[in-house]
Amino acid sequence: MFSSAFELLITGDPGLYRIIGLSLYVSLTATLIAALVGLPLGALLALKEFPGRGAVIVIVNALMGMPPVVVGLAVFLLLSRSGPLGSFGILFTPRAMIIAQAILITPIIAALARQTIADLWVQYRDELAGMNIGTAGSVATLLWDGRFSLLTALLAGFGRASAEVGAVIIVGGNIDGFTRTMTTAIALETSKGDLPLAIGLGAVLLIIVIAINAIAWTVRRTGERLAGAA
Amino acid sequence: MRAPDSDLPLRFERVRFEAGNRLILDIESLSITNGAPTAVVGPNGAGKTTLLRLGMGLFEPTVGRVTWGGREKVPPTRRAILFQRPVMLMRSAANNIDYALASVNAPSRDRRRKIAELLALVGLSGFEDRPARRLSGGEQQRLALARSLARDPEILFLDEPTASLDPAAAKSVEDVLRAVAERGVKILISTHDLGTARRLAGDVVLIHRGKILEHSVSEVFFKEPRTEEARRFQASDLLI
Ligand SMILES: Nc1ncnc2c1ncn2[C@@H]1O[C@H](COP(=O)(O)OP(=O)(O)O)[C@@H](O)[C@H]1O
Ligand SMILES: [Mg+2]
Repeated sequence: MFSSAFELLITGDPGLYRIIGLSLYVSLTATLIAALVGLPLGALLALKEFPGRGAVIVIVNALMGMPPVVVGLAVFLLLSRSGPLGSFGILFTPRAMIIAQAILITPIIAALARQTIADLWVQYRDELAGMNIGTAGSVATLLWDGRFSLLTALLAGFGRASAEVGAVIIVGGNIDGFTRTMTTAIALETSKGDLPLAIGLGAVLLIIVIAINAIAWTVRRTGERLAGAA
Repeated sequence: MRAPDSDLPLRFERVRFEAGNRLILDIESLSITNGAPTAVVGPNGAGKTTLLRLGMGLFEPTVGRVTWGGREKVPPTRRAILFQRPVMLMRSAANNIDYALASVNAPSRDRRRKIAELLALVGLSGFEDRPARRLSGGEQQRLALARSLARDPEILFLDEPTASLDPAAAKSVEDVLRAVAERGVKILISTHDLGTARRLAGDVVLIHRGKILEHSVSEVFFKEPRTEEARRFQASDLLI
């Protein structure tokens, strides 16, 4: 059963590599975008006191558990021809998939980053105030000095993005050779009864996730040791 | 933007500071002027740290005014503080100092030289690349002193800088502070160690339970204290 997917891998089947490549491209881009929004958002929630901050934190934490299909549906409605962003014509393209996954994981990255940065802020607060560092400078410092812990937040976001199927299938449409990812392919092959291919793709997905985590773990450990953080 | 004029004198005018519904500091009037270091002495919990934080501008008085050179709410661009328990950034020793240099926009071409000078000043030459958080407590204290000096302050607040040091290290820190004071930096140092105050200070402020009991030039404070509490504090039997 396992052999056929690996056969395709080893023989360099272009269709399979396109699926893997698209999956990585969509999920990594979504993680990048979510990081650009979620990290500063998490930092601001950790640093800034404003009315309703507690409520925002609760909401962001709750959004961590958003079902991907709900996000997919919302993005579908936004991007569909009659929707407010319909004129862009990007529904059923990789861009729509990136948007949906970015929305899905931004709360995860923001919530985890907030926790990490709040812990560091307790330590740094007085020293930064004593050096007359403003909010923007403090956020930059905390993001930089917390970078190895924040890697964990990014990994959690990437893990969720690369594993989900509900959002990408709705806004991407699972079009062969264009918007088909590993997870949507697995769902399709399983429903068609082609279990060997589904299992093979699942194994490939697992290996990729483990490899990325291993790289990140090594980077974090080495970096922390060099920076003297651990 | 650096204001053109001076942060001195530092004045407390009818300052009251409350925290947690308690009156922690109650200062009718205090004036810190240019010159030899001022020592703030008093038993644990007297309010020394609170006084320093108000003077640095990290706290705002609940009532009253703190002024720097006659102005209120002057941002601490030319003040620096060494906290009682300094926190090192998760960076190398050199980068901790570099961070402080950057905070006052020191030109980047001078920074390497300044870092080396400052590390040498506090006896940490060759520690450039050591992770700051891996240094011993005493080394971190001295690195924090170098970091506060990196801001080239006009007023330097030091909160019990020698409390965690062994006598030899404490003495070398005192030597550094004397040299810094001679360069024209105004030092405001809190200590419960009268020896440090005697060796360094030009004037001494004694606080107890949030109130200033005596503010005298050093010779007067140590030879003919005006208050009973000052006598008892020097005899080490002034407790909370
Ligand atoms: N945020 C706060 N809330 C309540 N009490 C405080 C707070 N900060 C300081 N205190 C109290 O104020 C008093 C003076 O504190 P502090 O200035 O740290 O004294 P010192 O530095 O002389 O030991 C102490 O009794 C301390 O417990
Ligand atoms: Mg104190």
